[in-house]
Amino acid sequence: MNEVTITIDGLQITAKEGTTVLQAALDNGLYIPSLCNHPDLVPAGLCRVCIVKMDDWKIAISCKLPVKEGMVISTEDPEVQQIRKNTVELLIANHPMTCLTCESDSNCELQRVAHYVGITPDSLKRYRRSVRSIPMDTSNPFFDIDPSKCIMCGICVRTCDELQNINAIDYGLRGVASIITTLGNKPIADSRCESCGECVVRCPVAALAPKDTLQPMREVKSVCTYCGVGCGVLLGVRGDKIVGVRGDKENPVNRGSLCVKGRYGYKFINHPDRLKTPLVRKDGKLVEATWEEAMNRIEAKFSQHKGEQFAALASARITNEDNYLIQKFTRAVMGTNNIDHCARL
Amino acid sequence: MAGLATALGSGAMSNSINEIGGAKTILAIGTNTTQAHPVIALEVKKAARNGTNLIVVNPKKIDLCRHATMHIQQRPGTDVSLLMGMLRTIVDEGLADTDFIEKHCDNYDEFIASLAEFDLDSVEKITGVPKGQITKAARMYASNGPASILYCMGITQHSHGTDNVWAISNLALVTGNIGKKSTGVNPLRGQNNVQGSCDMGALPEFYTGYQKVDNPESQKKFEAAWGVNLSPKVGLTHAEIFDRIYDDKIKSLYLVGENPVLSEVDANHAIAAMEKLNFLVVQDIFLTETAEMADVVLPAATFAEKDGTFVNTERRVQRVRQAIAPAGDSKADWKIVCEIAKTMGASGFDFSDPQEIMKEIVSVTPSYGGITYERIEEVGLQWPCPDKDHPGTPTLHTERFATANGKAKLIALSFRDSAELPDEEYPLMLTTDRSLFHYHTGSMTRRVDGLDQLHSEELLKINPEDAAALGIVEDEMVQISSRRGQTTVKTKFTGICPPGLVSMTFHFAESPVNVLTNAALDPVAKIPETKVCAVRVEKIS
Ligand code: SF4
Ligand code: SF4
Repeated sequence: MNEVTITIDGLQITAKEGTTVLQAALDNGLYIPSLCNHPDLVPAGLCRVCIVKMDDWKIAISCKLPVKEGMVISTEDPEVQQIRKNTVELLIANHPMTCLTCESDSNCELQRVAHYVGITPDSLKRYRRSVRSIPMDTSNPFFDIDPSKCIMCGICVRTCDELQNINAIDYGLRGVASIITTLGNKPIADSRCESCGECVVRCPVAALAPKDTLQPMREVKSVCTYCGVGCGVLLGVRGDKIVGVRGDKENPVNRGSLCVKGRYGYKFINHPDRLKTPLVRKDGKLVEATWEEAMNRIEAKFSQHKGEQFAALASARITNEDNYLIQKFTRAVMGTNNIDHCARL
Repeated sequence: MAGLATALGSGAMSNSINEIGGAKTILAIGTNTTQAHPVIALEVKKAARNGTNLIVVNPKKIDLCRHATMHIQQRPGTDVSLLMGMLRTIVDEGLADTDFIEKHCDNYDEFIASLAEFDLDSVEKITGVPKGQITKAARMYASNGPASILYCMGITQHSHGTDNVWAISNLALVTGNIGKKSTGVNPLRGQNNVQGSCDMGALPEFYTGYQKVDNPESQKKFEAAWGVNLSPKVGLTHAEIFDRIYDDKIKSLYLVGENPVLSEVDANHAIAAMEKLNFLVVQDIFLTETAEMADVVLPAATFAEKDGTFVNTERRVQRVRQAIAPAGDSKADWKIVCEIAKTMGASGFDFSDPQEIMKEIVSVTPSYGGITYERIEEVGLQWPCPDKDHPGTPTLHTERFATANGKAKLIALSFRDSAELPDEEYPLMLTTDRSLFHYHTGSMTRRVDGLDQLHSEELLKINPEDAAALGIVEDEMVQISSRRGQTTVKTKFTGICPPGLVSMTFHFAESPVNVLTNAALDPVAKIPETKVCAVRVEKIS
């Protein structure tokens, strides 16, 4: 694709033909504030925060503006500053002021944009209204929907449509009462939502927020343990617990996407039911035992039952290295090829 | 898998997940992709949205049908007839890729002769699919390449599952839709490391990398590598093992990470067998229904507590990394096996970490020859990857097939019905499927509160017409029985199942579907017929 050169605030940058001014700026490390833009989604031009001025003095929204050779753009023109500040003030007018305890604090696009466009306590007074009191939808076990924090950027609606093709949510009601909701304004748990959490991950504020909020202290790159797709995951760790899972954007298989099991199905790992010691049967009952005791029992029986009297069933859920050793053990130590696993089920 | 290997020389998915979007036509047969492989389903749905023809072949009106260009709703168990009918149309209308067949396929004449049985009138009668739909699908698939076929357990879990797979490979071969990007025959693997456990030789007839145990050369090779004498006798398959236990021939069973009490078809038989065992060792992360029957239970570490590799459905070997220490005294499975072997005085089990094990695997497995932990540190590699400089193989069969003479085999087929069909006594057909929210026998997902909340109990999916005839109401607990057993379950009325067909998952211990299913085995692949059996649904009096 051809490259073009454009000028943003006096800086010359190159961009691929067909991209937008906003994308070109972001690709070159230049920040233009925006709220409804998301790199995975088709630009929607809803929030009007990303406006810029062109050299012909027209104001345009940069997420919808294709780059053209020789274009000269200003993002700091006084008129641009004035309009976008106004836009953001209106957005914040009835937004809850509970930042410190908010799920998305310091990870919030609205905060970032508000700082950037220069919102001050004074400038907020003009439009300030009371917070919309709309009940939260807590019906989904993994995330809550708080419409009072929603800025109507539509990123969730477009994620569910463009990326997931599920279309569980859409704009509902009218005018100032508008909210993001399900068909028939039912609780999300009763909708066709598949709980993939892709909308939650992309929500720029905390209108969609995970129920479990522990931030990991480190992350470990691995692979999902459920189905054969083999999505790349980042396991969030805190102490000796897995506290969350994120999709691994660098993994070529899923490029960051996960399904409900991969994203939210990790709690079995630290479940109290986990087996923590060997058990052996004594007087008909399974009782706790040491590894040594267990090994001795196994040795006694397995050495009696070598060859045709022995069989092993390995598993499609354990690693290659685990499986390799089980078949090696069965063949080399027990002297039989009676080894299979549940591939057929 | 056995079937596909006979036809193409490899039983694995021929193409890659990221090639799906490039297909002009996708034929999704016997796969409930949005439920069982949700992230692959994203690719399929996106392709359909971008104009790819999506042909969904499934007796049930699954979610994927919303995105389909056409939905073919065949009578369960009649896939061979349907696919051979499509092939008949393709051949009769001159849509076959004769160049490709000549260059790359054996057995054409025999295959053509076998098409005689599949005139569209007979096919319509057998499958219940109108002729017009069959020809339409055939033309769509054959004339809009590249065309990719995706399939899953809905194809393999039949007493004629291998025939189903062959019908699929025939379709791809006759139209030349294999060996190129975005084409292929793509079995979607169910569990995370099915592909890997097959690759590793956790199979009665193969060492690693599908080297046959009854081939003297491989036997010698592994005897040299392991320093022991090995048996050339092919071992027993999963189902045969339980039969042999039942006959008191097998005395000790070492069971790792499986829960046959719930997952085994005709579960009552498996349970009866295990009760007869002299010694049962179960190694798992939870005290499963099966572990409760064991003589010794060994606590294993989860995937988050150990290092190693998994192989995904597209043959990609990826790194699994330890994030936390194993719970309590539990240990990684490989460590436990080493300890057992060493307690028994065996040598060759002195590994200090999985990387060392992988080095040994690579040294005996040609298709893994170029795989090292360093190379897959960031991004996994797709086998075959024979040497250190090989970039891996996203698309199989691009030049030749992995058979002895490099050619694929077209297979002559005839139609066989399922082993057990509805009759007066058991008038409904039962099929099994999976839920998006649960996994296998539920030992993991049912312990994740949220998942259990989203899908908390087994529901028998039944068409309202059938329900009305039985006089049952929605949510009513009913009794469902087959010739092998019975259980109770709550009903859910749905148009997903056509009249005459009911459906259950196998995730719930409270309503174990596998006491009902039929263990009739496919003669080649030895896969049991979980997708079709005859049942009776009754009110509980
Ligand atoms: S969780 Fe997934 S399915 Fe549910 S609304 Fe969000 S994007 Fe849609
Ligand atoms: S995240 Fe979902 S689709 Fe991906 S591997 Fe896990 S279970 Fe499969």
